[in-house]
Amino acid sequence: MLKAALACGVLASIHVTALLADFASPVPFATQQREYAFAPPTHIRWFDREGGFQLRPFVYARVDATNVKRYPVQFFVHGSSYQLGPVTLDRHLFGVAAPARLFLLGTDGFGRDQFSRLLAGGRISLTAGWLATILSLSIGTGLGALAGFYGGWLDHSIMRIGEASLTLPWLYLLLAGRAFLPLGVPAASAYLILIAVVGVLGWARPARVVRGLTLALRERGYVVAARGFGATSGYILRRHILPDALPVLVTQAAILVPQYILAELTLSFLGLGIDEPVPSWGNMLAAVQHYNILVSYWWMLVPALAPAAVSLCCFAIGDALLRRRRAVPL
Amino acid sequence: MIRFLSRRVLHAFVILLLISVLSFVFFQFAPGSYTDAMRLDARVSAETESAWRTMYGLDQSVLTKYFRWMRSVLRGDFGFSFAYGIPVSSLLWPRIRNTLLLTSVALLVSWSAALGIGALTVVRRSRAVESVIRSSMALLLSIPDLLIALLLLLFALRTGLFPVGGMASLGTAHTVIAHTKDVALHLVLPALALALLSLPLLVRHVQAAVRESMCAPFVQAARAHGIPAGRLWLAYILPAAANPLISLFGYSVGGLLSSSLLVEVIMGWPGLGPLLLESIFSRDVHVVIGTTVLSALFLIAGNLVADLLLYAVDPRIRWEQ
Repeated sequence: MLKAALACGVLASIHVTALLADFASPVPFATQQREYAFAPPTHIRWFDREGGFQLRPFVYARVDATNVKRYPVQFFVHGSSYQLGPVTLDRHLFGVAAPARLFLLGTDGFGRDQFSRLLAGGRISLTAGWLATILSLSIGTGLGALAGFYGGWLDHSIMRIGEASLTLPWLYLLLAGRAFLPLGVPAASAYLILIAVVGVLGWARPARVVRGLTLALRERGYVVAARGFGATSGYILRRHILPDALPVLVTQAAILVPQYILAELTLSFLGLGIDEPVPSWGNMLAAVQHYNILVSYWWMLVPALAPAAVSLCCFAIGDALLRRRRAVPL
Repeated sequence: MIRFLSRRVLHAFVILLLISVLSFVFFQFAPGSYTDAMRLDARVSAETESAWRTMYGLDQSVLTKYFRWMRSVLRGDFGFSFAYGIPVSSLLWPRIRNTLLLTSVALLVSWSAALGIGALTVVRRSRAVESVIRSSMALLLSIPDLLIALLLLLFALRTGLFPVGGMASLGTAHTVIAHTKDVALHLVLPALALALLSLPLLVRHVQAAVRESMCAPFVQAARAHGIPAGRLWLAYILPAAANPLISLFGYSVGGLLSSSLLVEVIMGWPGLGPLLLESIFSRDVHVVIGTTVLSALFLIAGNLVADLLLYAVDPRIRWEQ
């Protein structure tokens, strides 16, 4: 239980940080500082060159040809302004004074701060994961409940199609599905297409679970009683069956969200997902397809660790939920 | 047996037909076509484009196109690739061979490793071993597939122990032995990546299956009768654990193909994956459809093999027939 609580906390903080990306990142994600292309992560120091300890962490920056100076890391600094809901703010969580630069995770080939892009990309990737999950769950719940409740040929045909789409190689299916839709579209439509393809193709797994549940619930005493009192099928589904499916859907979400974030990662990596200039975890990684970037600039791989953290948390939560469901008889 | 097999094959055939029809219908609505890229060249006029479309029958109805494609499938051509100007099958065959080589080696490695690890954790019953294995599998499961492949690639690039990209170095094909050795060396990394990707799921299922069959009453009885451990494993525990594992094998082929696509693209292995990706970008319709149908065929073949194995191993299924 402790592990699940910890996972919830980490997951929540990842989401909050991504949500407040503009505040938490020192510079806007699109700002290019070309003279700092592929700058390694800035070394934050506590000890200066003379070996003296500084209470406030600092970075070194070159001020002219011969001199370097200390610049302390400051918190809640003024910087470029951004919109947070209705208000315009210009405070950033941390930063350093002008000639110095603070790249927590280095920069990419255009001199864009990787840390800022990681947070902004997280906003895109996490939203994609969640929206696709919601889409999958709604389609899956609808079809699964129909199949389980009405049975017969409807059940048979829905479940056969579901099995077929479950066993087909997922990535091939995803790519083929993506191939049917336009390439080279504006970023917003590419984003929606990605969510739609991933969400629609993943309906089968939740549908199977919901169908099984509906089959079991359909024969329960209170459902039979409601039917005896003349309740319509729609009423029974709405009032008795779907509310009971909710905990199962939460468990499913814990499985699907990381899977769909990985789908975004893969598709964008292959160039079929979200395009530049909007950052996402997938298209940030696309740069390492060049061997020289992979070998020379290790910090370009960092965006792949973020989904790993999300997956680890989601698996822990899903595990705990499953165990709890087994402990409490349905 | 024959009835069992023929029903399975018929089933597979219907699914393949359905997939081909679906992909054709969907592609009818897909925006963009191969000729779009042609028109980027200012010297290609609209008339040239439409003449080209007529030549390849792109202006016909879906039904006509489908039947023409079907005829070419029966001839063994699988349609015509616009980008390469040759029948799709001559593109696909070498790619299939490479993908099959990669996936079968990875399959062998990952299953042997999974059986070893799964059995080890169940037999040893050591807390430390189990927790190490469990956490490393959880880690392996949550690290994106991309990253595992990229890290292996990075390892190869940094150490220079393994060749990177492609499946053969230039100028090594002098003798059969040298060529085989070269291909094997190229195979190590992609196969290792692929095996690592499929390992966590397999280990979990092997553990569950072995644990269940170890606790079965007949195994307990056999143990109580003093049957030695070796025979106990080979004749009692493993056969009883085989049924769910063989079904898993059938299911895991799909996942293996998906991971294989990614690994092939990242490591530059000339399999079906890079071909599919390339044909999507160039809107080379028949290649996309051919690759999709073929991947489904692989999957169905995998399931068929699993069914046959199940038939051979599990007497209950034979009895039901």
